Amino acid sequence: MSITVEQQQPTANPFQAPRTAHNARRRISNIAIVALSLLATAFAVAVLLFLLLYVLRAGLPYINLDLFTKIPTPNGEPGGGLANSIQGSLILVGLASLFGIPLGLFTGIYLSEFGGRGPIATGVRFLVDVLTGIPTIIFGLFAWIFIVVPQQSFSGLAGGVALGIIMIPIVARTSEVVLRLVPNELREASLALGATESRTILRVVIPSARNGIITGIVLAMARVAGETAPLLMTAFGNPFFNSDITQPMDALPLRIFNFAESPYQAQINQAYAGSLVLIVLILITSFAIRWATGGFKHGGR
Amino acid sequence: MQQSLPGTRNVARLLRWGNRRLSDTIFRGITILLVLFVVAIVAGVAWILISNSMPAIQKFGFRFLTNQAFDPVHNVFGVGPAIFGTLVTSAFAILFAIPIGVGTAIFLVDFCPRPIQSPLAFIVELLAAVPSVIYGLFGFLVLAPWLQGSAEPWLQKYLGFLPFFQGAFHGLSLFTAGVILVIMVLPLITSVSREVILTTPTTQREALLALGATRWEVIRHAVLPYSRIGITGGVILALGRALGETMAVTMVVGNQASPISPGLFNSGYTLASVIANQFNEATPGLFFSAVIEAGLLVFIITLITNIIARVLIYRMGHRVGGLAT
Amino acid sequence: MDTRFNKFGKEPPAVEFEITPMPKPVESTHVPKVTIAGAATVLNPEAVTKIDVRHANFWYSAKQALFDVSLPVREKHVTALIGPSGCGKTTFLRTLNRMNDLIPGTRTEGEAILDGRNIYEKSLDVVALRQRIGMVFQRPTPFPKSIFENVAYGLRVQGTSRKRIQERVEASLRRAALWDEVKDRLKTSALGLSGGQQQRLCIARAIAVNPEVLLMDEPASALDPIATLKIEELIVELAKDYTIVIVTHNMQQAARVSQYTGFFLNGKLIEYAPTVELFEHPRKKETEDYISGRFG
Repeated sequence: MSITVEQQQPTANPFQAPRTAHNARRRISNIAIVALSLLATAFAVAVLLFLLLYVLRAGLPYINLDLFTKIPTPNGEPGGGLANSIQGSLILVGLASLFGIPLGLFTGIYLSEFGGRGPIATGVRFLVDVLTGIPTIIFGLFAWIFIVVPQQSFSGLAGGVALGIIMIPIVARTSEVVLRLVPNELREASLALGATESRTILRVVIPSARNGIITGIVLAMARVAGETAPLLMTAFGNPFFNSDITQPMDALPLRIFNFAESPYQAQINQAYAGSLVLIVLILITSFAIRWATGGFKHGGR
Repeated sequence: MQQSLPGTRNVARLLRWGNRRLSDTIFRGITILLVLFVVAIVAGVAWILISNSMPAIQKFGFRFLTNQAFDPVHNVFGVGPAIFGTLVTSAFAILFAIPIGVGTAIFLVDFCPRPIQSPLAFIVELLAAVPSVIYGLFGFLVLAPWLQGSAEPWLQKYLGFLPFFQGAFHGLSLFTAGVILVIMVLPLITSVSREVILTTPTTQREALLALGATRWEVIRHAVLPYSRIGITGGVILALGRALGETMAVTMVVGNQASPISPGLFNSGYTLASVIANQFNEATPGLFFSAVIEAGLLVFIITLITNIIARVLIYRMGHRVGGLAT
Repeated sequence: MDTRFNKFGKEPPAVEFEITPMPKPVESTHVPKVTIAGAATVLNPEAVTKIDVRHANFWYSAKQALFDVSLPVREKHVTALIGPSGCGKTTFLRTLNRMNDLIPGTRTEGEAILDGRNIYEKSLDVVALRQRIGMVFQRPTPFPKSIFENVAYGLRVQGTSRKRIQERVEASLRRAALWDEVKDRLKTSALGLSGGQQQRLCIARAIAVNPEVLLMDEPASALDPIATLKIEELIVELAKDYTIVIVTHNMQQAARVSQYTGFFLNGKLIEYAPTVELFEHPRKKETEDYISGRFG
């Protein structure tokens, strides 16, 4: 690094850096970087806005009551809706939550309350982190081999299991973080009153961390609501209403995938509409979480 | 003086186990059981993938990586083009996502006015919350036609001397997949970089500022050297994400076998898209096993990149969290 | 010998004044003696020993923190433990309700006899012990529950009936001089109270289960002077029914509220005596030094 101090001209402003070629270059490169980074940020923001606005414009005209009450019409005939997809998504997310929340939450409890910094806990923590990096289609394969193939049928159950596995690390990680944040004094105060460890955790520690835990759960649910790949070979999709989890089940992302590549414009329109519904859902969830945790107030994420 | 109900003392003694009550033992037991279940799931995933790919592994060995197609007629399966497509699209994505992502992070931390810093960061993170099928939809219906009609010809006209931009134009191509992946991994790189940059000790920055450095010089000489490891970790995480991305890529990459060439405008496919496309065709036996082996490869590749990335990030004392991951 | 001067071949200057360390800024007065008033003088010489501690030794893993501590905790009196930071007084306090068990690697030897049982015995049911020996901590630690639920917590642990809980919650809040301030908002969150109120809530919570002994670890150190005064009055009042052991770094406080005082230094109990005697006629030099502010 070469920041040099030059001889000043006699009448120069002592608070201004001398106008040498070197300093000019420094100034220019500074401005250039500011400009480039601004450009990069603008690009990212612009892409998102463009995407959102495009989907809004393409999908909004087709948002109507039918969308939420009717099932798709065969072969691109006009009308119909995505009601079965929405219902299927709700069932699948519910199923996934049943599976993923307890596993994730108790893993978080273990890591925070019992494991601490020990070697086993470190291993488990690492495993959980690794779980987040596995592409979701792999969990679909897992459920495919484990449930679909033996049953010889696609099923909502398999889809729910695959989605549940995706939820586990998200819930575990956020739970662990917020549980750790509960001050130790609270635990001590409870124990000093003669409460058992389990009572302390259940009645004092977890309620203290309740908001953070719920945030993690909602985050995980929003995430799996948009997942498609693992459902391809598990829930598979279904053009009719189906609430039987042992049978193929539809989901909103699946239907969007299906319709996006359709030759029928009517179905493409509904794909946009469905995308809009999905995006709005996720946006609301993201905003709600940020607002609930006060994320807009300070410079945190 | 103690306010216990008559008889509870005896019951209490009954429920004791050393210094722990029965409820504690049960609670601990349940917790550990569930944790073991999670560990079992991870192990189970690995085992199921390995055991079900065995037939294909035994039949093809390493030729699986070079065989050119999924050919059920001749019972020859290979993921050569898939690996090629995966590497090309991911490399493309990382190449362009790094400057944009790190640039955005730098802007957000160092140059952005305080009040809009948080909302702006939130908006960039929102990019990560958009489901990949919507990126696929957008890519398929909007981006691909546009690229085919405008961007690709433009690139060939002005940069056609590069082998990447030669050849016939396809909307559904490796190029389009690469572009979509850039957008999808961008928020990850940005959020990790931003977190890492934020932890640069202010003393480092202040020391340089006190010497009269420009803001860029502070970044270049104090922030980036310090953050390098963490940012690299974030980049590798993003690479892992790109390697495993399924839906968006499947919808825009063309899914047709082209001869392996540097031309980006050709259609192709990736490991993940192979799985998505072929699983339903897979007849039990070798075909099935080949699809699973493709999955195993994806699993191993992303596992390795993930571990490397986490190790790097752990070394900076971080746990990466939030919407982006 | 200041070697700087030797460089110039000069003798170091004669030392003409004595260098004494800065006196510790004790709260009230320039007079090194501690004034004793009020409760401290009321002592029942026939008091029974509630907890008889004999030769207590304590280790944090390999490091010994308490050396052969023996003292009697007299029933229905206030015993204060004073000493500089890190002298072991809090560690000792926490051995009495086995709170140190929460830290891995600790070891206690010796005896603390409560009703014929040794508190330090490994096989002791500490959960039951803590229902008989309560604790109030340095910083107020209200649970994220309503005021009512906070005080009722210990009672629910013991399986008290609903009607009794109602009664005891009110009684404890009255005892802790908090009832009038909160009686209209029992169901609101305890976190909305001021610091002083929260600490009185913690005291109410602790006495709700009618413990025989109440341990207090610097209960007023996080509070403003007015709240501190209220807590001290409360302690004196509570001593009529409970045996209290209080750790404090504030000697004036010890003098105001306690009848017996133990002075700790470096893990040893240097002196233990009725408060009046300890402060006015300390027997050990270390005690005298500490009291007159020479250190700590």
